[in-house]
Amino acid sequence: MMNELDVMPKLDVQGICKSFERDRTQHEILKNLSLSVLPGEFVSIIGPSGSGKSTLLQLIGGLHQPDGGSIRMDGADVTGRKGLISYMPQQPALFPWYTLEQNVLLALDITESNAKPRGSGARPSRAASREERRELAKSWLARAGLGGYEDAYPHVLSGGMQQRASFLRAMLSPQELICLDEPFGALDALTRLQMQQWLLSLWEEHRRSVLLVTHSIEEAIYLSDRIYVLSNAPAQTIAEFEVPFPRPRLESILDSETFMRMKRDIYQLLQSAGGMHV
Amino acid sequence: MRKKSWFQLGWPPVAVLLSFLVIWQCAVSIGHIEEWLLPSPLRILETFTLPEVYNRLWMHAMATVRITTLGLAAGIGLGVVLAVLLHLVPFLKRGVYPLLILTQNVPVVTTGPLLVIWLGYGISPKVVLIMLVCFFPIVVSTLTGLTQPDAQYMNYLQMIGATKRQILWKLELPNALPYLFSGMKLAASYSVITAVTAEWLGAKDGLGIYIKLSGNGFMTARVFAAIVVIVAFSLILFGIFSLLERFAIRWKPKKGA
Repeated sequence: MMNELDVMPKLDVQGICKSFERDRTQHEILKNLSLSVLPGEFVSIIGPSGSGKSTLLQLIGGLHQPDGGSIRMDGADVTGRKGLISYMPQQPALFPWYTLEQNVLLALDITESNAKPRGSGARPSRAASREERRELAKSWLARAGLGGYEDAYPHVLSGGMQQRASFLRAMLSPQELICLDEPFGALDALTRLQMQQWLLSLWEEHRRSVLLVTHSIEEAIYLSDRIYVLSNAPAQTIAEFEVPFPRPRLESILDSETFMRMKRDIYQLLQSAGGMHV
Repeated sequence: MRKKSWFQLGWPPVAVLLSFLVIWQCAVSIGHIEEWLLPSPLRILETFTLPEVYNRLWMHAMATVRITTLGLAAGIGLGVVLAVLLHLVPFLKRGVYPLLILTQNVPVVTTGPLLVIWLGYGISPKVVLIMLVCFFPIVVSTLTGLTQPDAQYMNYLQMIGATKRQILWKLELPNALPYLFSGMKLAASYSVITAVTAEWLGAKDGLGIYIKLSGNGFMTARVFAAIVVIVAFSLILFGIFSLLERFAIRWKPKKGA
């Protein structure tokens, strides 16, 4: 990153430590871990399973307080504060009692009602924004190939369709930073590749800051601008890779020599870090 | 498709019931059993057509319906409110919930007379008794639904910074709804049985009193007629809750789909 010193990072995690007590012993999960995401940047975290990636996301989400270190967003210390990120979990987690439209607007509704003090906002403007939201949901669902499913309940959708809706829910939420927690881990290989292409095309059009946690080296290289490699627990960042491919990314890069070399390098790093299951 | 499966589900119990009634009818006619001992099914059916029976039966049934619906509604209301309260205040739950289970060991036949001593002979002791019996299954089922939503939804809502209030309205309460309906169906059956027992213990009118008076007079056919009414009432209540459930929980995947 040539501008790294000039640009204020969207997310700046500095020297985070976290341990949990289990069976009366302290387990160190994260040890002096640092990483950053620049505005509009797509950053991936890859690490052995059980390396504390979920814990890291929970700290960024403000669910726990770190034992040491700080989390900054746009320069301000937000350690332990909730509601500042948009989130897509591993399972789609679409609420069975809401229609697809309600599901897709859920994060937006929750964030907005928490952002403004209760009682403010005159009724007519709220009604208007309700109409606008419906339109917003409708147009995005159509773009995700889910047109006509606005009033359907999630159980009628396939796994890939549910994941697309789950991603839309994160996209429509107003926060600038989106955290994706192994979003395609449960999908079959073909659906997974289609989802990656779909996500890439959407993201390249509407740049947001993205932090992606993944198991898949290919996925990390194909999608990201930068990749952090984590060590086994207690997790630290042991390497950082810049991905040199231009955008928009083409599928053909998957067969290029640079891609293969990078994949091999990361794989060897993970193996020496221990615990990479293949 | 749906009609067919209803029929397929429906015919075995209907066939068993019909053959039971036929055997009963034959046993009474062939064995020359006295009517005061055991009336035949046809005789019971005939009893309904007697004006002095169905007028009085209707009057008593309405009295039972009144205290049952009042007690059931109060029990459901109290149960849901208490469940939400216990759920929101963990200390209260730890303190109250075990005692709640203990209270269920006190038999209705002892609570009934006590309530009469405290509340007099009106309908209030009976309504209160039904309420006390109904609210327990409601509290237990609702509390189960409130405390056991799938972890993935809870994790998601916490990650996006939802407040406790939002978690309650958007996750815990909708999740508790199917549990609440199971509880309400149970409570519906309990409420009718309790109403009849309460009337038996002391009342001016109601099916419990009608059964008691008819029994005392050895008018056994009337006792059975009242039992038929009680069963029908229970079934109607159960049916109402099933319909409400289907209307309220439209998101459930249809069976076999």
